[in-house]
Amino acid sequence: MTKTIRIDGNTIPFEEGQTIIEAATAAGIYIPHLCHHPEFTPHGSCKLCTVKVNGRNCSACTFPAMEGQEILNDSQELQADRQKLTQMLFVEGNHFCPSCEKTGNCQLQAVAYHLNMLDNHFPHFYAQRELDASHAEVMIDHNRCIFCTLCVRASHEHDHKNVFAISGRGINKQLIVNAESGLLKDTDLEATDLAAHICPTGAILIKHTAYQVPIGKRIYDHQHIDQVSLALEQTDEN
Amino acid sequence: MQTFVKNIAEENHNLATHLLRILHAIQARYHYIPEPAIEQLASSLNIARTQIIGVIKFYSFFHLTPRGRYELLISDSITDHLLGKEALTYYISQKLKVAVGEVRADGLVSLDNTSCTGLCDQGPAGLVNGLALPRLDRARIDQISELINQETPLEHWPSELFHINDHIIKPDLLLNHPITPGHALHSTFKRGITATLAELDFSGLRGRGGAGFKTASKWQYCRDEPETERYVVCNADEGEPGTFKDRVLLNSYAQQVFEGMTVCAVIIGAQKGFLYLRGEYLFLYDKLQNILTERRQLGLLGNNILNSGVNFDIDICLGAGAYICGEESALIESLEGKMGIPRNRPPYPVTHGYLDKPTVVNNVETFLAAAAIAHLGGDWFASIGTEKSKGTKILSISGDCARPGIYEYEFGTSIETILSDCGAEALLGIQIGGPSGLFISELELQRKLAFEDLATGGSFIVFNKHRNLLDIVNNFTHFFAHESCGFCTPCRVGTSLLKNQLAKIVDGHGSAGDVVALEELCALVKNYSHCGLGQTAANPIISTLARFPELYQSRLKNISYEPGFDLDAALETARQLANRNDAAAHLTQVEQD
Repeated sequence: MTKTIRIDGNTIPFEEGQTIIEAATAAGIYIPHLCHHPEFTPHGSCKLCTVKVNGRNCSACTFPAMEGQEILNDSQELQADRQKLTQMLFVEGNHFCPSCEKTGNCQLQAVAYHLNMLDNHFPHFYAQRELDASHAEVMIDHNRCIFCTLCVRASHEHDHKNVFAISGRGINKQLIVNAESGLLKDTDLEATDLAAHICPTGAILIKHTAYQVPIGKRIYDHQHIDQVSLALEQTDEN
Repeated sequence: MQTFVKNIAEENHNLATHLLRILHAIQARYHYIPEPAIEQLASSLNIARTQIIGVIKFYSFFHLTPRGRYELLISDSITDHLLGKEALTYYISQKLKVAVGEVRADGLVSLDNTSCTGLCDQGPAGLVNGLALPRLDRARIDQISELINQETPLEHWPSELFHINDHIIKPDLLLNHPITPGHALHSTFKRGITATLAELDFSGLRGRGGAGFKTASKWQYCRDEPETERYVVCNADEGEPGTFKDRVLLNSYAQQVFEGMTVCAVIIGAQKGFLYLRGEYLFLYDKLQNILTERRQLGLLGNNILNSGVNFDIDICLGAGAYICGEESALIESLEGKMGIPRNRPPYPVTHGYLDKPTVVNNVETFLAAAAIAHLGGDWFASIGTEKSKGTKILSISGDCARPGIYEYEFGTSIETILSDCGAEALLGIQIGGPSGLFISELELQRKLAFEDLATGGSFIVFNKHRNLLDIVNNFTHFFAHESCGFCTPCRVGTSLLKNQLAKIVDGHGSAGDVVALEELCALVKNYSHCGLGQTAANPIISTLARFPELYQSRLKNISYEPGFDLDAALETARQLANRNDAAAHLTQVEQD
């Protein structure tokens, strides 16, 4: 007999060892997320994928699916709170969508649209963050880093390098790179590395490609993130 | 330096898990971690330099830039503030001619704040090169300043400056009857493992760190794991502001604490244990090492303990200034030489703990009680307390009371009794369980010390009517923002937003909607954070807002909206550049009625 969980009243099957988000994705149910990627070790830090499991908040990307779970995902309360968590990410860094070359391809922006976020709500921190344009082909704009560690995990688990890490504590977290100089150009990062392409925001960008796809023809200009995400991640899982 | 680093790394067998110990040694020698040392360690420990930099930046006691050869830190706990910490810090700063957060130009001395040092009953307190300095006053500051300016080595400073009192005021069941070293182990071997576990179960002992998980169940789960490499960890990272009972237990009852750990090892089948001692208790380190040596000589530790065939030994690991490491999975990460970031759960430490092996993590007081129960049986312990909280609880009492110190109470004791014992008068309220706990007012004195009512890790801070409650809440809220590990969004961003939002109200810039916004933010941080730190970080605000809403309301401006952005403050740089501070160089952003 297949084991099942219920998400928003729908019964869906799962396999032993799957997390809630994996089971949901396989069943075509989108749970908003930013730090989760099916290819890498779950991290559980952005908290956008928080669902209510038998009345208790859990991160869907790390919490195992278990027989009999009654899960709330698309509730008004959760969506409103996910919107606030997204707003936190916006005010923590410096995100100026209209002038960012990632606009339209940015998952942070797309999730914000999905959650119907219309303003930043919280006061801005106006953090002083830097730019590392030292590398010939890849650049880091620290203003846009949301500490999801996707680049850290991609570099480690996929590229078998160790280019990125997150250091610091609390609101003073910082993305650092593995070079004595602290500069991207002195790491072994190559533009073909997955780590250079995985950033869900515009924090890590490939140089000289900014406007090859014009605004208006970008991923989220025409599709919602739930559709894009499910299509991509269902392929990834297979 | 190269030789120094090489030797230290070799003494630690070039183990990456020993990174914190290695960094402690380098920090103590050079007063920072020089870049060449990082490069050298990366290659000899075979880890990425980013991991080393991450660890240095994570822990408050490690630095990438030089601190003074005498590094002075002043405890920023609310209890130190009650004892005049702020004026005293100003005095030190003037006396030593060094600003807070700075290193003096000659590099001799640096001065900064640090989170609660666990000397709340004998503050204001500080640390000099990691060693605790209790009962600071102007006379002592004069003395210390002179010693520093004369560059007197710490070992030649008068020992009185470092003398720490136990202040055990009300001992009961546990503190009155310390067991003789070896007795708990003898009894355990004689009774047998299953029977001893049954006694522990019958005793009803629950974890004393605050969460209250049943100790016998935890040990049983660990024992039942198929993996046979298992570990015992004693959590002595007593970081909750206002808590200092573990300091006293380790100063005067360490034999029994180690014995409790050894009994645990016998029961769960562990060969290795760790005492994770907070960095602020460096002064206990040598003393505890000597006790371990003594226990090895007595056959109570090491190979073939009491000829039972059991092998078990204990290592002491020093923390480095991170409150979050009191969280058990963050503590394990720290033991492994990493940043103290709480793990995702499940799996729990009892199945996947240190090096992913089954691990029991218990509080100092839990091991103390477990040793006594192993010797005297469960009935002795279970006969007192309440239905769900057996035995006694050891409290650290400080703040506005005549007799601060250590008190041991039977569970079920009323708050009123405790207050009368410690000599609290003209009460405003009590913070129970530290900032992460609960603030209760004088209307709740009939409430009881018990898991069923007021559960606490042991911090008990008394405030009298002359104290400003919002200053207290402000101090606590700053503490959480400072100590947040920054892993998850709601805590990393939320604790700093809480700090700013509270400051907006306290500073008189709040308007009608701001208290509501504060409440919403509290709920978000509480409900979505990854671990206990974030989940409790809003408690000081939530519990005082529920009891004293008028206090918050009284700070609000009588207008409907006040922007979070302070236009006048933003002009400060311009004023400095223009060298002006007259009325015309300031502006009011919203006209008041």
